[in-house]
Amino acid sequence: MSTPTAAGVSVMDVSALCVLVDVLRDRGYAVIGPTVRDGAIVLDELDSAERLPFGWGVTLDAGTYRLRRRDDGAAFGHAAGPQSWKSYVHPARERLWSRDGDGPVVAADETPRRPYAFLGVRPCDLRALGILDRVLGQGRHPDQGYARRRDGVFIVAVECIEPGRTCFCGSMGSGPAAEEGYDLALTELLDGSGSVSSSPGTPTYLIRSGSPAGTDVLAELPATPADAELVAHARDAVDAAAERMGRSLPADGLRELMVENRESPHWDDVAARCVTCGNCTMVCPTCFCTTTEDVTDLTGEHAERWRRWDSCFDLDFSYIHGGSVRMSGASRYRQWITHKLSTWHDQFGSTGCVGCGRCIAWCPVGIDITEEVAMLRAGSPDERTTAGDGAEGPR
Amino acid sequence: MTTALPLLYRVHGREVETYDTVTLTLEPMDGSLPASAPGQFTMLTAFGIGEVPISISGTAAPDGRLAQTLRAVGAVTRALYHATPGSVVGLRGPYGVGWDLSAARGRDVVIVAGGIGIAPVWPVLQAVLAHRRVHRRVTVLIGARTPRDIVFGAEIAELRERSDVHVDITVDQASNEWLGRTGVVTTLLADAPIDPELTDAYVCGPEVMMRFTADALLRLGVPAGRIQLTLERNMRCGGGLCGHCQLGPYLICRDGPVVTYDRTADLLTVREL
Ligand SMILES: Cc1cc2nc3c(=O)[nH]c(=O)nc-3n(C[C@H](O)[C@H](O)[C@H](O)COP(=O)(O)OP(=O)(O)OC[C@H]3O[C@@H](n4cnc5c(N)ncnc54)[C@H](O)[C@@H]3O)c2cc1C
Ligand code: SF4
Ligand code: SF4
Ligand code: FES
Repeated sequence: MSTPTAAGVSVMDVSALCVLVDVLRDRGYAVIGPTVRDGAIVLDELDSAERLPFGWGVTLDAGTYRLRRRDDGAAFGHAAGPQSWKSYVHPARERLWSRDGDGPVVAADETPRRPYAFLGVRPCDLRALGILDRVLGQGRHPDQGYARRRDGVFIVAVECIEPGRTCFCGSMGSGPAAEEGYDLALTELLDGSGSVSSSPGTPTYLIRSGSPAGTDVLAELPATPADAELVAHARDAVDAAAERMGRSLPADGLRELMVENRESPHWDDVAARCVTCGNCTMVCPTCFCTTTEDVTDLTGEHAERWRRWDSCFDLDFSYIHGGSVRMSGASRYRQWITHKLSTWHDQFGSTGCVGCGRCIAWCPVGIDITEEVAMLRAGSPDERTTAGDGAEGPR
Repeated sequence: MTTALPLLYRVHGREVETYDTVTLTLEPMDGSLPASAPGQFTMLTAFGIGEVPISISGTAAPDGRLAQTLRAVGAVTRALYHATPGSVVGLRGPYGVGWDLSAARGRDVVIVAGGIGIAPVWPVLQAVLAHRRVHRRVTVLIGARTPRDIVFGAEIAELRERSDVHVDITVDQASNEWLGRTGVVTTLLADAPIDPELTDAYVCGPEVMMRFTADALLRLGVPAGRIQLTLERNMRCGGGLCGHCQLGPYLICRDGPVVTYDRTADLLTVREL
């Protein structure tokens, strides 16, 4: 995508965020955005922009997520939190259908009453939504519930100028700039530049549209055309962010690296640390795996099927009659990371990782996907000790 | 469009194959699934209990009936095993890539089945017999744990009457009355009338059995790309959405369940992949 020209970019001050939320709500959207709750920045429905986490930042590291007070008034001065937008388009638990007695199978209508407007979507998460669209929406048997929830979602992206210590979207090509898939994109400037009335610390926003719906909403906002200098300044700030990523995961040869290391002794090393809790899969914005549960009421007359998120770290995930295919923790971690970085390409034509860093921050023992890859790169794929000597198959 | 909702099917017939295996003939009650190809499977629901992948072992177009043969091994298959005529089940599908039958035109065909594995390859045999003349020699090799575990016994007996099909059966553990062969199914390959380079093999059974069979066929000289297997993995959706059925680069519900050995041999030998 080309860099937007100054002609397409407007500037607005922080009060315009309130107008934005009001306009979206007036248009019938349920506005979902970040807010502070229980010591974290979570996603919730916002009735006003005042609930945005102004002045809050986060400190991130392997196994660490802490809220901190910022010395400015940033609304989007935080990197990825424990939740991602997938909770809204691909809910953690969902009823698929129900059936009474001998009656027909009735589809559960879990369509949201109002379409969602996502406010504050980071470029990495924007890319993650694109990945979910491909996986759940564009296969031979698309998930109709996903399509119903996803269709017509209005997306307000926010570019990153201050990546967290666990971020590596720069390596994955998914940030820090927002390139496509948004209706409106914001860049939050905190250095006083472009500000009409205020001093450093009070945010100013550059805003541009990426769709007809975005243009329509933008027309209702108190924004004025931005001059080229300011736009260039913001662009530099975003570009500089790419250089300040807390982590990196070089892409070259990654797919092959994972395949060559299928039988690396390194998996046993990870397994000695990993507690197979599955946190990494729950927080990951692209992990989409689900399982189903059939339930009945006490009379047995009313049957329902529910679908819920599942994790490849769960022992039952690969269960077939006779036992699970992936018994060891080593094989389950290998499955997860290999899927993210390698076999996802084979299955869905892209990487399964957008570099948001959530799995690193929320791993209780601080296992870091970028570190594990670095260790695999350092080790020799020829030292094969976990190889099955060709003896036993999966079962 | 394949819907995520099961369609209602009534159990029309229930044929007891063995002490733990039945063939259910299912008829659509209100709309039927799209036509299936041999080797495809459905997601079969026992209402209130759960849903499992089961191969389509026979179809009876025009009325949309289909036959599914299943072995009771757990909660869902046990409930389905006990489904009596008139009861109602749910069906989704058909899913997956089936057997490539065109491959075997003008060539020898060998079908190797272990245990319940005979059900998913049964449509291959039906198709081959329906166009018997387009193939060269046809061989059916069957392995079962014990004589009591032989599925489709009556049909196999009929098959043995034919002069244009070579049929051989072996059991792992013989009973006193068993007069046939004992040993693993691969031992039957030695006597199979095949010209390896001109053979297409269709193999279905437990994964270890399929690997040993495929390796034995390879050693005889059957090209790996001419050996088709049907793989089993945990499946929750059948349609490429739930992630459960992965084997390395493949989603078995979508890229299989039928796969050729050249694409999978290296994956099947990696432990716990
Ligand atoms: C493509 C395909 C075709 C199949 N065709 C047939 C067939 O024609 N006849 C037949 O008898 N069986 C077939 N199976 C195996 C059958 O699906 C399992 O026996 C069945 O899922 C067991 O479920 P359960 O609830 O009775 O057993 P449990 O052991 O209680 O299973 C618990 C859960 O684990 C999963 N599971 C258990 N075993 C298997 C397995 N072997 N494969 C996949 N998932 C499993 C199921 O999702 C099940 O809900 C097929 C499997 C696949 C993948
Ligand atoms: S694997 Fe980790 S870094 Fe990559 S997208 Fe998932 S949570 Fe983010
Ligand atoms: S890598 Fe960490 S978060 Fe993921 S399952 Fe293992 S211990 Fe849990
Ligand atoms: S069975 Fe769900 S993805 Fe294959």
